[in-house]
Amino acid sequence: MHGRPRKPLKPVDEAAVAAKAEKLRALQSEFLSNHQNKIYSKEAVELSAKLLEINPELYTAWNYRKLAVQQNLAQCESDPESVNSILDEELKVVENALRQNFKSYGAWHHRKWVLEKGHSSMDKELGLLDKFQAMDARNFHAWNYRRFVAALMKRSDEDELEHTQNMIDKNLSNYSAWHNRSNFLSRNCSVLLSNLMKKAAPGFTSKDEVLTREYELVREALFTDEDDQSGWFYHLWLLDQTVRSEFPLLVSSWPVEGSDISLPAADYLDGCASMNVFHYSSRNFPLVLYFNQSVRGVNSSTVSVSCGFNLNIDLIWKPLSSTDSQSAKVWATHLAIPDAELHSSEAYQVEVKVGFSQGIVSTTGVAYSHPSQISFQLHLQKTPLESGQDSRFGRIQWKDDCFAVYEPGSAEPDLVNLLDNLTIKNEVESTASTWQARIIDDETNIFRDLLDCKIGKLTVARLLTAYNSLRPLDKPVHCKEVLELYSELMKLDPSHYQYYKDNHSLVLLQQVTSSKESLLSRCFHYRDSTLSTNGSPLCLRLNNLAISQLGSFEKLLWVQMLDLSNNELQSIEGLEALQLLSQLCLSNNKFRSFTALESLRYLKSLKVLDISQNEIGSHSIDTTRYLFRSPLSHSVGSCDWNINYLSSETYWEAFFVLKDMGLTQLDVAGNAITSKSFNVFLEKLLPTLKWLDGVEVN
Amino acid sequence: MSELPQYPPIDPTTFDLIVIGTGLPESVIAAAASTSGKTVLHLDPHPFYGSHFASLSIPEFNSFLNSNSAPPASQSCPETACPSDDPNLSIINLNCRSLYSDLEISSFSPTLLEECSRKFLLDLAGPRVLFCADKAIDLMLKSEASQYVEFKSIDASFIGDGDGALLAVPDSRAAIFKDKSLSLIQKNQLMRFLKLVEGHLRATAASVGTDVNQSEKGEERETASRISVEDLESPFVDFLTKMKLPAKIKSIVLYAIAMADRDQENKEISKQVLKTKDGVDRLALYQSSIGRFANASGPFIYPIYGQGELPQAFCRRAAVKGCIYVSSVEINPNLEFQSSGNYKGVKLASGQELFSNKLLLDPAFTKSSPTSSPDDSLCARFDFLTAQNVKSKVVKGICITKSSLKPDVPNLLVLYPPQSLYPEQSTTVRVLQIGGNSAICPMGMFVIYLSASCEDVAEGKKLLNRAMSALLSFPDCSESSSIASEENVSHPVGAEEGKPTLLWSALYAQELQTTGQSDCITSSPTPDGDLDYNSVFHATLELFQTMYPDTDLFPATNPSDEHSGENAES
Repeated sequence: MHGRPRKPLKPVDEAAVAAKAEKLRALQSEFLSNHQNKIYSKEAVELSAKLLEINPELYTAWNYRKLAVQQNLAQCESDPESVNSILDEELKVVENALRQNFKSYGAWHHRKWVLEKGHSSMDKELGLLDKFQAMDARNFHAWNYRRFVAALMKRSDEDELEHTQNMIDKNLSNYSAWHNRSNFLSRNCSVLLSNLMKKAAPGFTSKDEVLTREYELVREALFTDEDDQSGWFYHLWLLDQTVRSEFPLLVSSWPVEGSDISLPAADYLDGCASMNVFHYSSRNFPLVLYFNQSVRGVNSSTVSVSCGFNLNIDLIWKPLSSTDSQSAKVWATHLAIPDAELHSSEAYQVEVKVGFSQGIVSTTGVAYSHPSQISFQLHLQKTPLESGQDSRFGRIQWKDDCFAVYEPGSAEPDLVNLLDNLTIKNEVESTASTWQARIIDDETNIFRDLLDCKIGKLTVARLLTAYNSLRPLDKPVHCKEVLELYSELMKLDPSHYQYYKDNHSLVLLQQVTSSKESLLSRCFHYRDSTLSTNGSPLCLRLNNLAISQLGSFEKLLWVQMLDLSNNELQSIEGLEALQLLSQLCLSNNKFRSFTALESLRYLKSLKVLDISQNEIGSHSIDTTRYLFRSPLSHSVGSCDWNINYLSSETYWEAFFVLKDMGLTQLDVAGNAITSKSFNVFLEKLLPTLKWLDGVEVN
Repeated sequence: MSELPQYPPIDPTTFDLIVIGTGLPESVIAAAASTSGKTVLHLDPHPFYGSHFASLSIPEFNSFLNSNSAPPASQSCPETACPSDDPNLSIINLNCRSLYSDLEISSFSPTLLEECSRKFLLDLAGPRVLFCADKAIDLMLKSEASQYVEFKSIDASFIGDGDGALLAVPDSRAAIFKDKSLSLIQKNQLMRFLKLVEGHLRATAASVGTDVNQSEKGEERETASRISVEDLESPFVDFLTKMKLPAKIKSIVLYAIAMADRDQENKEISKQVLKTKDGVDRLALYQSSIGRFANASGPFIYPIYGQGELPQAFCRRAAVKGCIYVSSVEINPNLEFQSSGNYKGVKLASGQELFSNKLLLDPAFTKSSPTSSPDDSLCARFDFLTAQNVKSKVVKGICITKSSLKPDVPNLLVLYPPQSLYPEQSTTVRVLQIGGNSAICPMGMFVIYLSASCEDVAEGKKLLNRAMSALLSFPDCSESSSIASEENVSHPVGAEEGKPTLLWSALYAQELQTTGQSDCITSSPTPDGDLDYNSVFHATLELFQTMYPDTDLFPATNPSDEHSGENAES
């Protein structure tokens, strides 16, 4: 049924088609008048059957039949024989309609409807399905219906798995069959596997055995035909099943365990411009929890925060997600230090306890069950920093000569300590991952034999990446090899360049953030003429890496100043986790719209932003918009649309992303969108702005 | 000759073509000639159709081989009998020579077989199957002979070893996927190779089928996927080596898919080295055979009621088109020639003279050595009838068992590539098991055909015996006489674990002979040593073209031909 070209109609056929259409039209109008007049006589019902056998797509006719059946059933409720004959007739009509077009939604739905009335023998249904699947083994209607029937007759999962196995044996390019298989197995964590385990059926003892068996199967398929994509998808899915942690875990946090945070004391509040990691320039500072997967239920009852002072009110935890207001991987709140405490010189011990009371649940319904605790010191900094006053209004310049290599040891030993403790050690995870690591290790060794083809390279790269993801605490291994594999793939298969590039970027970032040393090598002091070395801000520079996608955010929660310029970024999705971020440079990338910068909306501390030299506005139809989880158009209704803004209709995306931001410095030059009117718009939109494209705003 | 009244004289007496023998080539040509409007007389000395392609019951089989493998009996008229009535005619006497020799029949269960000896249809020219995409199938569909035959699918094919183990031939993607004996990397290598061949064939087909504009577009890809000309001319085995295929895969491709006969690795000894070009064609035939008919699980089919059905189907087709059939004719035909040396007709043993423009003879007919012809030059022209161009022999075996070589697989093929049974084995042994569901033996019984080409009959028999002992268990010979005691039947002595016990076997050698032709007289080829009918049909078509160069072979008559394809699927 696949790959058959459609042949143009011959003139003879055209005449036949016209005649058929004429006949159909006559039938249809007669049928519709029956329907309107609620005529359910034998003849009228037969007419609808005739119509449906010609055109099974006529949903009205199926509905009409449902009404007719209901009426007829009501009349003969007492007589089981006539009930049967009525329902048998329906099944017959559906079968004939399916012969005409076995991809007719209406017909399959009608059959389900009849079956739900408790009619027809299930074996007959399976027999019918076998016939349809013999015609087209991949027909997803038939597969859907099969799942429905199997569920209705409570067919054992082993039987259904065997059925998919048979179908795959016949033709391994059967994506529907592989999918059906994954459908069964994905219930493994909850239903299927536990069932099978309880029953102790042979061959189904534990998740790792099931996975091992599945790997063997799909491996046979991939080695037999390396070009068959249904196997690729299944392998990717299996890998995800292997690596994915069923249990939600806390991966990292801000502040990190054992850190020492300085906040400006009240007297110096205005004057403090320190941007060092451990100095924070606001009394209202963020707490961030970074989980390994999307969770819901993070609130003041599931996360308790205790500190030396009185918090007055419950902390409000917000999910950092644009798609879901209930769940997110990253949650943040702001800890406000009461004015009354600001003169105190004592250090406060703050303790954040996560998950000691129930309520945090993953999106798949698994409860967070590994309580963890983060404690850190908070103290108020009374000493004013030198020259702070001026720099507040100084313009940040992202030029190379403004950055000096950070020399560890010279100052800020805290930073070094902090970088050591970026990830939270989860004992559960490291012990549970041994069998996964073994599976992946074995699989990697096998696929090394297939390194001379595309899927071999890709699979090895994926496996090695997966292996690292299982050991988040250890230094990633094979990074160099993975990067090389992706580079080769980019050359070998240019049509999927972007996919390989994105993965390459993620691995590169993993490598950069993997150790204290490599992170420190990318840390720079920002200094311009107005600042001394000591009080100068510390900048993480991930510029000129040719990365196209961002990742490893869990290692970057501490960053306040970030340089991502001269990359190939199209989106900054995930950057919202960096709640401390106050200066960000995104110049010379490939952003096509403000939609791509939506994460900025969550960065409440952001003061300095450089998005110059991008492609914003140069694509009249922004196709990338559909790549993002939340097209802005979905959320635009929620914002108050101030018609007073000049040209706001034209710049609504910019309006939506930038409004409410307290930016003091913005660079947008070098984008197609920029114009005089846009600058006027920006100045109105951002009243706090001091510098726009290097020009002081009055 | 006094018995003449038994056979009413044949009338008319003049034909375009007289065919003697109802073997497959003769029957196809009779049907083709009749279809093209020629008058044809088809004679057969035997009471059954098929000649050397017949399927016979055990008694018929015994008597046919016994009578035919006896040393050429001095026939009824060794002396220059039957002098021509007409002095203008010169005569050459023909004898019926034997194609078979070294017949050995062993029966280990006489009573059991006696009861149902007539329920067997044993192929004389087995083991033989049809590829679904074979020329033979196309010709049967085209000639509409297919409506008289139904087929059964051969369920599986295996590669065997000396220990009796059978490994399924990984011949398709699905089979490679399911295979348990190949390593992952071997699966990959084999599949890549099959895809390479497929790509080559597609590129070749595309360049033939499309116009210049289209082919230019795909030029780059095509040349990339095509096998180079040098490779195509090189031995197939060298190409497989060049593709870095391991020995195991090479053996599968050469002997179980390309069906090579002789040891390809040993080029000094082997006379027939398969070229890559031909190997690729054979792979193409194999691949296109898989899935051609919905009911055939693999590439092969076998005619229900035995392969004797095939010549019979063509004969029926010929009869429909007006060919006259006379069987059980006592034929010791004498060729009659005009004084000019032109063939004129044949004279039957009955004395009746029949005239035709052309004559096609069963390969068993030979010129009797002391010729009665006064004309030596005439004789010299018919040297091809003196049975000296015997190329080589094929040794055949037929075994009957009561259980299958593989449980639940009634019809199967087993191939023993060279050196798989013993190191000196230089030709492939082919084994075909057909079960009762093909109506060639009682249900629950199985007929196993074996064959191997050889130069020397003893060597060939040794090969078959090795294959038989790898597959079957032999009842103790001393028991064969006392086998009548019923208790012993259920527990045959010497039965090995799981192996079917041999009940009956026949071993014999058959000469291989190609066609011979002079002027109007043609001698048809003997059954060849192949597994399939491809060469037989190829030779037959060539024969027909030389006999009737201007005549189309089974010209398409009407569109209803297309529907006949469905008949062959059953």
